[in-house]
Amino acid sequence: MTSKKIIEEKQLEIIIDRLCYELIEKHSDFSNTAIIGLQPRGIFLSRRIHQRISTILKNKKILYGELDIAFYRDDFRRGHEQIIPSEMKIDFTVQDKNIVIIDDVLFTGRTIRAALDALTDFGRPSKVELLVLIDRQYSRHLPIQPDYVGLRVDTGVNEKVKVEWKEKAKHDLVHIITELK
Amino acid sequence: MKKFSQRHLLGIKEITTDDIELVFETADNFKTVINRPIKKVPSLRDITVANIFFENSTRTRISFELAQKRLSADVVNFSASSSSVTKGETLVDTVKNILAMKVDMVVMRHPAPGAHIFLSKHIDAQIINAGDGTHEHPTQALLDAFSIREKLGSVKGKKIAIVGDITHSRVALSNIFCLQKLGAEVMVCGPTTLIPKYISSLGVKVEHDLMKALNWCDVANMLRIQLERQDIKYFPSLREYSMLYGLDKKRLDSLDKEIVIMHPGPINRGVEITSDVADSKHSIILNQVENGVAVRMAVMYLLAGQN
Repeated sequence: MTSKKIIEEKQLEIIIDRLCYELIEKHSDFSNTAIIGLQPRGIFLSRRIHQRISTILKNKKILYGELDIAFYRDDFRRGHEQIIPSEMKIDFTVQDKNIVIIDDVLFTGRTIRAALDALTDFGRPSKVELLVLIDRQYSRHLPIQPDYVGLRVDTGVNEKVKVEWKEKAKHDLVHIITELK
Repeated sequence: MKKFSQRHLLGIKEITTDDIELVFETADNFKTVINRPIKKVPSLRDITVANIFFENSTRTRISFELAQKRLSADVVNFSASSSSVTKGETLVDTVKNILAMKVDMVVMRHPAPGAHIFLSKHIDAQIINAGDGTHEHPTQALLDAFSIREKLGSVKGKKIAIVGDITHSRVALSNIFCLQKLGAEVMVCGPTTLIPKYISSLGVKVEHDLMKALNWCDVANMLRIQLERQDIKYFPSLREYSMLYGLDKKRLDSLDKEIVIMHPGPINRGVEITSDVADSKHSIILNQVENGVAVRMAVMYLLAGQN
């Protein structure tokens, strides 16, 4: 097993800053836009983006939620591991709002498919966009593409992208782990 | 990785404290689901569940059925009184015939203690015990403990008195196992004839004076007198029982603290509990009913997710 670092702390900060400005360019003052992080791993990125945008927009209150997709996954009863749900926090209606879904890594697209299903159970958003830190391109099982991307990477089936966050792992780090055959 | 340790839910005795905590965490999620405008998730869309009731039920059957429907499962309902059981078919034959129609999970209530354990040795489907005679009623105990956790923040260290007909109550036994696994102290209270002789061997306190029990506890779980299971007289009259063990406003007000009042239903108003107590702010009886759906959704989700 080998590991290759692709993003370190300082670089991550710059990427998050760029993503925030891209979002502000599109959604200006966020008056009709909500940010929704995906449980369990997308929430560290979404919390930082939410906080950073609020700071850039001079402490403006921006609608923020965290969505759990456990009940909407298509591999329930088909995988080997039990799917345990995480906490869901959406205390506003998504009806007619612009929604930015945030996750750490986009791979097959199945998680986002489930997230779109879960989201529509909270109402009919006017528009839904997707922001990811890492896009593992050419790996999709479904026709889903991100609107905002931190970094695009080409990975093989024997590789894994691991994102570590200060909140859980003491440091910010993204690395690609290759399983040797 | 967290995982539910059992393939069936036959009783609280068989499951671990971690299993109970896992059910609670999952039920928290389902509680948010059933309180939003769209109360349904697609998790169990390829599962068929049979609700097989050999005994009467209102709350449990509706609660299970709602839980199944909110998980998008297909549901078939069966009650013994309107079935071929009356023509002499055995339990295993009845269930095997239902399973031959491709049913994945069985929720069963049966008057014989241990019926579910027997059945689990003969069929492949997953089994959830919705009450077996005077033995166990695991989902009721889970929703009771979940409701205490919701009201008081935690179950650990709390004092819970179970009052009434302990001998004939499956709710009492499942509650004792569940509350003890979660670290609560349990007392049973009732007339000597309605308390099993060796119950203290389970580690519960025994009290025959209702006021002493109420003064001791943080939560009082009032049980119904199960007249349908009593083939002999256990006390002189319902009126006398009510005078000695019925919870009324006067008794509740005489305590120097506030306690939480629970009841698994059905209530016999004026016997074990008076209307003004059942409908008071101390009572979480209807919260128990609401939580029942979320807890049952969690149990079925965790069991079905194992395959």
